[in-house]
Parts: sequence; C-alpha cells; structure tokens
Amino acid sequence: MRPFTFQRIQSLDQASARKANDGHQCIAGGTNLLDLMKKNITVPEVLLDITKALPDQIETTAKGIRIGAMVRNSAAANHDLIRSKFPLVSKALLAGASPQIRNMASIGGNLLQRTRCPYFYDTTLPCNKRNPGTGCGAIDGENRMSAIVGYSTECVAVHPSDLCIALAALDANVIIRTTDKKETIIPFKDFHRLPGETPEQDNNLPVSGIITAVDIPSNQFFKNAAYVKLRDRESYAFALISVAAALELNGNKIVQARLASGGVAHKPWRWYEAEAFLKGKNATLETFQKAAAIVVKETKPLSNNAFKVPMLKGAVEVALQNCLNA
Amino acid sequence: MEKQTISRRFFLFTSSMAASLAFIPAGVKAFYNNVKRAIVRSKEKETVSIIVNKQKHTLSVDSRTTLLDLLREELHLTGSKKGCDHGQCGACTVHIDGQRALSCLSLAVMMEGHEITTIEGLAQDGKLHPMQQAFLECDGFQCGYCTPGQIMSAVACVNEGRTGSVAEIKEFMSGNLCRCGAYNGIVESIQKVAAR
Ligand SMILES: Cc1cc2nc3c(=O)[nH]c(=O)nc-3n(C[C@H](O)[C@H](O)[C@H](O)COP(=O)(O)OP(=O)(O)OC[C@H]3O[C@@H](n4cnc5c(N)ncnc54)[C@H](O)[C@@H]3O)c2cc1C
Ligand code: FES
Ligand code: FES
Repeated sequence: MRPFTFQRIQSLDQASARKANDGHQCIAGGTNLLDLMKKNITVPEVLLDITKALPDQIETTAKGIRIGAMVRNSAAANHDLIRSKFPLVSKALLAGASPQIRNMASIGGNLLQRTRCPYFYDTTLPCNKRNPGTGCGAIDGENRMSAIVGYSTECVAVHPSDLCIALAALDANVIIRTTDKKETIIPFKDFHRLPGETPEQDNNLPVSGIITAVDIPSNQFFKNAAYVKLRDRESYAFALISVAAALELNGNKIVQARLASGGVAHKPWRWYEAEAFLKGKNATLETFQKAAAIVVKETKPLSNNAFKVPMLKGAVEVALQNCLNA
Repeated sequence: MEKQTISRRFFLFTSSMAASLAFIPAGVKAFYNNVKRAIVRSKEKETVSIIVNKQKHTLSVDSRTTLLDLLREELHLTGSKKGCDHGQCGACTVHIDGQRALSCLSLAVMMEGHEITTIEGLAQDGKLHPMQQAFLECDGFQCGYCTPGQIMSAVACVNEGRTGSVAEIKEFMSGNLCRCGAYNGIVESIQKVAAR
C-alpha cells in the first residue's frame, strides 16, 4: 500500500469540498477500498474518513423509506421495516459477502464497489477500466464471469453488487451532496453507467459528490418478492447470475412486475421487455417461462460464458415462482 | 577452482561499485532523494487510542496499518491470523464493539475509541469461553490456523441467533474458510453452545 494522509471528516460540506480535490478519496466501511489500495489499484494521496459525517439512520419518509449512506449492510438487512416492507432489499443484502463484511460495509460504499473482473484486479494485465487505453483483456480472454449484455469493445466487466440489483428493481433514488447543491437526486437506473468508450467511469457520481442516502419508494411488491443468486459455491462468492423478481398481484393476475439481474452487465440490468410482457397476465409457470425466454433473447454471450444464458433463463423462472411462495 | 575465480571477480566488481557510489557528489545524492520524495510519498504517522480486550492503548502508527497488523505487530496479540489479508478467508475475525468484523480490512486509525475483542480476550478468570471448550470437545479444528477466526465468528453467530438449523449455521459461518475441512466439528460446536 502507498503512504497517504489520513483525515477525519466532521461534516458533509467538508466531505464534498475535500473530495473535489485531486487525489482525495473517501473511505466508509473500507471493505472494497482497502483491498484495492493493498493491490495499488487505487492510490489515494489523502484518505477522507467520512464515517462520522454520513447519516446512519433508517427513516420513513412521505414517499417511502430513506436509508442513510453509513447504515451497515447487516443493519439494513435486519431492520424490521426493511424486512417487512422491502424484503427484496433484505434478501439481496443477505446473499452478498459474509456476515463479517456485511457488519462493516456501508450502503453508500456498496453502490460504489468496483468490478471483480480478474483483468481489473491484476495490475500486470491490460484493462481499460483500471488503465484506460491498455485494451480489454477479458473480451477475447478469460471471460466466463463477464457480461452477456450491454458491453462494449472497450470493456466487458460486470457490476458486482447484490444490493444494487434489488434497488434497481424497486426504482430507488440515490441522494447526493455536492459542493454546490445540498441535494441532488439520481434515479437508480441512471446512476451506474454502461462501459461505452469510457469504462473507467463506473457511475455518474459528480466529482464532489457524497452519497448521503438511498430512497426507496413505497410499493406493493413486499408480499411477492424473491432474489435468486447462482455462483461457483453456495455462499460467500460473487454472482455468476442473479435475479431480483417482484410481483404485484390481484388474485392470480399480475398488476405489475419487476425483473433485474446481476452478473450480466456493467450496471444492474432491468429486463423491461419481460416486465411489460408479464403485466396483466396470469401468474402461471407458463407465463414465467415465456418471460424468461424474452429475457434471454436480449443476451449476447462472449467466447467463454454462453453457459450463463440457460442459467439466466432458469434463474428467472425460479425467481418468479419463488415470488408466489415468498 | 573455476567457481572461486568467479566469486573473486564478483567481489572485486561489487566492492569497486560500492566505492564509486561513495564518491557520488553530495549534490547528486540530495537531488536523487528529492526526486524520490516527490514521486514516492513518505509514510505518515497517526495517533490512535483503542481499547483491546478491555485495555486501553494509545499508539502512534503508520496510517496504512491495519487493525490486524496493529494487533499482531504492535500489541503482540498473535491469536488473530493473517490468512489472505483481503477479506476472503475470515482468519482475522475479531469483534468491534461486539460485532464480528475483519481486522485485515479495517484501518487501525479508524478504530479510534472503538472496543476490540480478540480471541485472547474470550477466556475469563482463567476459564475457557464455552465456545472454546466446545471446539475442544467436538474436534472443531485440525491444524488450528483458522480456529481463532472461527471461534470469534461462532460466538457472534450464536449471539445473532443464527443457529436455527445446520443450513443456517453453515450460511452464517460461510465467511470463515477452513482448509483442513473441520466444518462438521465447527457446526457441532456451535449447536452445542446454542443449545445451552
Ligand atoms: C471477500 C468479499 C466478498 C464480497 N462479496 C460480495 C457479494 O457477494 N455481493 C456484494 O454485493 N458485495 C460483496 N462484497 C463487496 C462489499 O459488499 C463491498 O465491499 C461493500 O459494500 C463496500 O462498502 P464499504 O462501506 O466497505 O465501502 P468502501 O470500501 O469504504 O468504499 C468503496 C468506494 O466507495 C466510496 N465511498 C464510500 N462511501 C461513500 C459515500 N457515502 N459517498 C461517496 N463515496 C463513497 C469510496 O471512496 C470507495 O471508492 C464482497 C467483498 C469482499 C471483500
Ligand atoms: S486475513 Fe482477513 S479475511 Fe483473510
Ligand atoms: S483447522 Fe486447519 S484451516 Fe481450519
């Protein structure tokens, strides 16, 4: 790890003002940043400890719920209101990392965790995300973990978070403080980016931006929601494929459906076409199978990850069925 | 014979190199040091006060020091183990303010005012903690390297009430890997303590 200056930050204004400077980086739970610093992938000159400056409460608001950026992943997953009214969030959180890491990881940091692509993690290999202009090693290389949709010739990395898949499905909003505005709101679908020509940018957080909270609007999905995560081992591994599914039912009729996936793209991916198909249909296995077929129609696997396509199809079907027995 | 000549030649060569280095004008050396300072930041010290196993310590540490390195290298509490140093094995598990956490991914300077419990702090009045006793009785380990982390995690697993079934125990202990594969004994130890 390279030497750095450590600063304890007292307020959100101080945090955003300092973060705007070159070489300054925030640390919250540290579970992603310290790992990257040990590998010299991220080399901050000044480390801003924002743990005391960030909100750490979960509150109800007029439109739903607000989760402070410093709330630990385990605290959010076990919170009564989240478990009863937003169970998808709780399920996705508990599917991620380990109990120790969830006790440390913050909600804000979870949104900003970086990809686990092996080319990004190995500083001796080319990677446009880590070192722009060096090329994408994964596109014709070891890409079994990589994207099957939304990638570019510059980058095929996938977003690693489980929480973000649930937040994408529930149309959450990211609340941000910058030096010139007390509150900027970015809808979740616009927060993370596709790689395009600039894979070094994971998201649209402004330079001075500090995530202060995540808002989730109230919804009727809490009775029928499921998260399915498929990985190389049963627990404590990143997703090969994950599916967040949520249904609002009237009897057996689907009033509204939400479907999102992890392990498939550079950002949490919503399956809008399948959602539109499900709307108004009866919640039967046949409907679910057709929806899964629509989902996989969109995919374009790389040289080593075609196995993800049938895996995704099955996961969508199972997730939708699990919604009925949630 | 041949070998000797080479080593003599090598000796003459390296000693002449060292001699010529000593004659580099002081200005050149100072310039080199300035360049090095500009490129490589020097390490920075920070003062931190933490409570470890109910004892308060105030230390001056390199800002890069992890809690794990502080425990092992500064306080000589070598029970917490460094398996991977990247959050992937759980060997470094300690309790921070009563919650299980990974000391290898915690910066020591961020532990200001926090209470840490390590495996060394579990036994009370010379008596093993029930979980330590259970690990002994149920063969919860083989080589013992992952064991301090397993026990710290197991104590938390029981406190969190995540012992409803074998599947639940396994899920909530999945952050601790054991290369010897003592998993069955570990699950049994946790069941034994949870049943008390
Ligand atoms: C072994 C291992 C396994 C894991 N498995 C999973 C998994 O299966 N699923 C999963 O979803 N995650 C997994 N994780 C990732 C983990 O969830 C993230 O590391 C964690 O959520 C990051 O949160 P943090 O608070 O520790 O962030 P930090 O490491 O403190 O910060 C991450 C980044 O966010 C920035 N940052 C943090 N907070 C803010 C803020 N409020 N405003 C602006 N910038 C901020 C930091 O500058 C940094 O760039 C795993 C991690 C490890 C080490
Ligand atoms: S040493 Fe900390 S998790 Fe492996
Ligand atoms: S007892 Fe040897 S690694 Fe677990």
